[in-house]
Amino acid sequence: MEGAAMNAVVPMAVPLNAYLAVGTILFVIGLAGTLLKRNTLSMFLSIELMMNAVNLLFLAYARMRGDASGQMVVFFVIAIAAAEAAVGLAIFVALFRAKRTIDVDRLSSLKW
Amino acid sequence: MTLPLWLIPALPLAGFLLNGLVALLCGWRRAAKTTAGWRAAHPDDHGHDGHGSDAHADAHGHDDHAHGDHGHGHGPAGPFLPYWQRLFHGVVGVLAVGLATVVAFANLVPYVAGSLATEGGLAPVIQTAWRWMAAGHVTIDVAFRLDALSAMMLSFVTFVGTLIHVYSVGYLQDEEGYGRYFAYLNLFMFAMLTLVLANSLPVLFIGWEGVGLCSYLLIGYYYDKDFAHQAGKKAFVTNRIGDFGMVLGIFGILALFGTMDFSFVDLAKQGAMNGNASISVYAVCLLLFLGAVGKSAQVPLYVWLPDAMAGPTPVSALIHAATMVTAGVYLVARCSAVFVLAPDAMTLVAWIGALTAILAATIGLAQNDIKKVLAYSTVSQLGYMFLACGVGAFGAGMFHVFTHAFFKACLFLGSGSVIMAMHHEQDMRAMGGLRRRIPWTFWTMVLATVAIAGIPPLAGFFSKDQILGAAFGAGHPVLFAVGLFTAGMTAFYMFRLARMTFFGEFRGPKGTEAHVHESPATMTVPLVVLAFFSVVAGFLGVPEALWGKNRFIEFLAPSLAVAHPHHVTHLTEWILMGLSVAVAAGGIVLAWRWYGQRGATAEVPSVAANAFYLRIGVLGRLVENRWYVDEGIEAGVLAPFRKIGTLLWRGFDSLVIDGIVNAAAFLVELTGDLFRFFTTGNVRNYALSFTLGVLALALYVFLR
Amino acid sequence: MLDSSTSIQWLGADILTTLVFLPSLGALVLLFLSNEAKNAIRAVGLLASGATFAVSVAVLQKFNPAIAGLEAFRPLLVDRPWIPRFGVRYLMGVDGLSLVLVVLTTLLTFLVLVFSFGQSIPKLRGYVAAFLILETGMIGSLVALDAILFYVFWEVMLVPMYFIIGIWGGKRRIYATMKFVLFTLAGSLLMFVGILFASGVHARTTGILTFSLLEWIPAASTGVWGLTGTQEALLFWAFALAFLVKVPLWPLHTWLPDAHVEAPTGGSIILAGVLLKLGTYGLLRFAIPLFPGASVRYTPLIAVLALIGVVYGAWVAAAQKDMKKLVAYSSVSHLALVVLGIFAGNVTAVSGAVMQMVGHGLTTGLLFLLVGVLYERRHTREMADYGGIASQVPVTTTLFVIAMLGSVGLPGLNGFVGEFLILAGVFRANVVWAAIAATGLILGAIYLLTLTQKVFWGPNRVKANLGLTDINAWEFAAAFPMIVLVVVLGVWPQPVLDLVRNSVETVVQIAAVRMVP
Repeated sequence: MEGAAMNAVVPMAVPLNAYLAVGTILFVIGLAGTLLKRNTLSMFLSIELMMNAVNLLFLAYARMRGDASGQMVVFFVIAIAAAEAAVGLAIFVALFRAKRTIDVDRLSSLKW
Repeated sequence: MTLPLWLIPALPLAGFLLNGLVALLCGWRRAAKTTAGWRAAHPDDHGHDGHGSDAHADAHGHDDHAHGDHGHGHGPAGPFLPYWQRLFHGVVGVLAVGLATVVAFANLVPYVAGSLATEGGLAPVIQTAWRWMAAGHVTIDVAFRLDALSAMMLSFVTFVGTLIHVYSVGYLQDEEGYGRYFAYLNLFMFAMLTLVLANSLPVLFIGWEGVGLCSYLLIGYYYDKDFAHQAGKKAFVTNRIGDFGMVLGIFGILALFGTMDFSFVDLAKQGAMNGNASISVYAVCLLLFLGAVGKSAQVPLYVWLPDAMAGPTPVSALIHAATMVTAGVYLVARCSAVFVLAPDAMTLVAWIGALTAILAATIGLAQNDIKKVLAYSTVSQLGYMFLACGVGAFGAGMFHVFTHAFFKACLFLGSGSVIMAMHHEQDMRAMGGLRRRIPWTFWTMVLATVAIAGIPPLAGFFSKDQILGAAFGAGHPVLFAVGLFTAGMTAFYMFRLARMTFFGEFRGPKGTEAHVHESPATMTVPLVVLAFFSVVAGFLGVPEALWGKNRFIEFLAPSLAVAHPHHVTHLTEWILMGLSVAVAAGGIVLAWRWYGQRGATAEVPSVAANAFYLRIGVLGRLVENRWYVDEGIEAGVLAPFRKIGTLLWRGFDSLVIDGIVNAAAFLVELTGDLFRFFTTGNVRNYALSFTLGVLALALYVFLR
Repeated sequence: MLDSSTSIQWLGADILTTLVFLPSLGALVLLFLSNEAKNAIRAVGLLASGATFAVSVAVLQKFNPAIAGLEAFRPLLVDRPWIPRFGVRYLMGVDGLSLVLVVLTTLLTFLVLVFSFGQSIPKLRGYVAAFLILETGMIGSLVALDAILFYVFWEVMLVPMYFIIGIWGGKRRIYATMKFVLFTLAGSLLMFVGILFASGVHARTTGILTFSLLEWIPAASTGVWGLTGTQEALLFWAFALAFLVKVPLWPLHTWLPDAHVEAPTGGSIILAGVLLKLGTYGLLRFAIPLFPGASVRYTPLIAVLALIGVVYGAWVAAAQKDMKKLVAYSSVSHLALVVLGIFAGNVTAVSGAVMQMVGHGLTTGLLFLLVGVLYERRHTREMADYGGIASQVPVTTTLFVIAMLGSVGLPGLNGFVGEFLILAGVFRANVVWAAIAATGLILGAIYLLTLTQKVFWGPNRVKANLGLTDINAWEFAAAFPMIVLVVVLGVWPQPVLDLVRNSVETVVQIAAVRMVP
């Protein structure tokens, strides 16, 4: 689908920078959450947040440039995020059953 | 010349193989039986079968070794081996050498006769056996040579060798190692004959080292006596120091003359020498002489010879008196044409010979072991031979080799007879008055003693006199004086030996005198023969001054350079002769008086010996302790050698080199230890690492 | 006659392939046997190594020693493509030098297996298999003419040796085998880099990507490679270090005493008899012909190291209390002399070096064998635990004395031939070097006679020695051929000298061309 069809005569109502700012802020919040949270589930949520932030950014740029392939990427990301969440949660459940903890700091058997 | 020359060394070699194999097999069976018996008697002893562990510390120290003290030694009383075995070993041994002697003389007699009849002597007979090695610029054939020099050596080596083999049949008949002894003795004859008949220096070297080996084996014949095998090792290693020089000398000859076979002698005579060689003639002569010093026990490499007396007496007679030790003189004589091209080397040879002669003689004055006296006497006489070669009288030196072989062998064999009679007592202080009980030994030894003292008309006089005359005539009055003084000392200590052993009252333990009896015929017949030759051998070389023709020197002349260099007037020669006889007589008289009956008692037989030292004082102490040479070598050479070896091993190899190697391994381990802290096992740390990495990449991409 | 494209003629044109892989075939068969079937294992082992020895003798018959230069390889050449993408070929050939070492290898392996059957060895199957695979590696290294193929076989040798020392060795075997492997590996990795670099140079200058020595040597020795002095030096040392570690040359020698002491007797015999010679072989086959200029330039350095090795090795040997360590240090000393001979640069010295390689393999192998005989019975290598056993074990004593005399260089035994020729050649090059090297004569006598004296002569002081049994039939069967060769080669070495003459002359000529006048 050519981006020409999306050639917007209508300018963006909300300025691009707003989208970028929100997306970036969300990404950073997600990153911080991944790195700083001890609870494994929280880490997952943060990772999901990062992925959604990236989705937002992709959409913003797609809208700005009139290129629909950005929206295609978003579809991919959503699908993969779902798959990854499923697998990740399965691992998480198995891990909890084995170690009976969700504190990521306690899961360091590979320590030197 | 019908019988080939290679037979001469080959026959004793065959004897060695035969005797050796039989002796080895019998020894093997005997050992197996003994071990089986021991194991049956000690069934629960660990550590000796194939499955013990290192943890079982075996009993060190002196446990019962009555069983293990095998090896040899006398049986309880009388012969150890059965008669047929002794017969076999004896016959094979004697026959091998005897046949070699026959072959030798079959070749010799026509050659000598022809040589004396022809002007300038017959050409050498050279027979090549096979090509030993050929690589690059080195080509060596195993070839044998019969010329004047080798003929002369061959004559007495085979003859005296056979006599000593016959003597050994009687001397060692009680020994368990009888077969082994004859095997080694035959091997020695093989090596010596190879040395004598060699046509090139490398083939000579085969014999050279071979006699060193047999010396080691025979000195260490009583291998379960510590002193014996240590003496053997000392002999071999000291000889090796000489061999080191010899090998380098051989290469030097190759560099100078382009060949290692004795055609270089002719080249040297013609002066056809490579002047641009990497080594000088002087150095080459010194190196070859170093070899001779080791083999012929000159200063400073003589210390092995007295210790070599630990071997059986016939060994001392054959190897350390008549044959092996003369190999050095033979070498110098053979290379005489080269030595005359380096006069400084000849001077060194003469001086070392003189020094050895006088040093050894002084030590011989104070020895109480009958064999040690003879050993130092041998060293001293060898010094004379080198003195002769050094002043250019190679022929005189070889003549002394010839006569010395007879009387020294006679003396050693006689001393062996005395030792046997005294039931293995070797200290002269415990002897005395034996002339009545062992007359044959006595008379033969007396004749040999007179010969070595240089009293005319016995052999020693003629040969020694020629040496002294040459020294004087070549313009070396100091050397002459040293030689003269040594001659006096020689007469002194030899007659001291005779006096202490055969005359006076018996000083041994009470009741043993009755057991002193004469040796069997196998021992006395060789003594008689040798004594006979000690008397007459000199007549081969009667100088012109005494109306003789000196056929000996005449015969040898073609093989040597400058056989008879300096002529002195007959008058001078008579004066010199008179001097030497007078000095010898003086020595005899002195010995007779000091070691006579007066002053010696049964309780303190050494009073007479003390009298000597009381007169000489400190010098006497030094002489009695052999000038502390052995102790000096131990402290100055051997102990530092051991210390440095251990230092190199523990201090350098283990500490430095292995230290570096182990340090490298340690460093790797250390680095690993440091880096492993990165694996915390904590997921969040890994996540942080990812983040930082991505950040870095992103920055890099943006800022490029 | 040579049909390399289609059929494989195992005993014809491809006889070298047979030679290399026959032992491994035997090892393969051993897979199917259990550890209990001792007789079957022995039979397979003897058959495999014996057959290999027979094949090597057959190659000896077929070989024509009269062909000079690199053409000597042609008649028995095996040339097949292997990895065409990188120019690696399956290239094997023999000349006099490699052939003589191949025969030595097959003989020693066979005798080692014969000997080990007179001992009690656990896990016999693995032991025999290890030696057979080792044999493949050794023979392969000796006949490979392609650098990569050579490297493969070179590394193949390490693995079985690692296991031989590591499993059947003495108390400190893990340390010893790790040291041995790491030392050797470090050197050979360096060589690998050198090989790759050399192929790059060759490709750059001749346009052909190949690892074949038959093409490298003519190019390198005639200067086609166009290497600068530094480049040649670096490449030379890359190769030489690998080989000098193996020899071993002072100061790279410290792995040897440990490896020898901890290895089982068979391992020591092969290590001393063959593996060390591969280092000197590598010098003659690779380092010198490919980089003659550098080899000439660094001759003084290597000569100094070799001279130090001769004296040092002998001196330290004289200070040893452990029999095997003493013989190990004697190997350091003897092989340092061989290296000196190789770098002396004339035919005499190099011929002597080759002779000494063969001779040392036999005499030192014998010494280790006889020490092993004693060790098997008493489980100690300390000289203090022996003493005066000559009457207990007369045959062992006799064999030992002969072997010892061979090692000491008595004329008439083979040690002398090698030593004499080396010294003669070195003398021609430099008198002082020859003089220093000749002191090895004296030092050798000292430590060898001390060894003999401490173990065999003297009164019997240790009670346990009274139960010593003499050498048994298997052990004697292994020792006897070696003794015979020691004597025969001492008296008649000419066949060996003739065999290697052309290869030696080739190497010397290559080096001589580049020698600074």
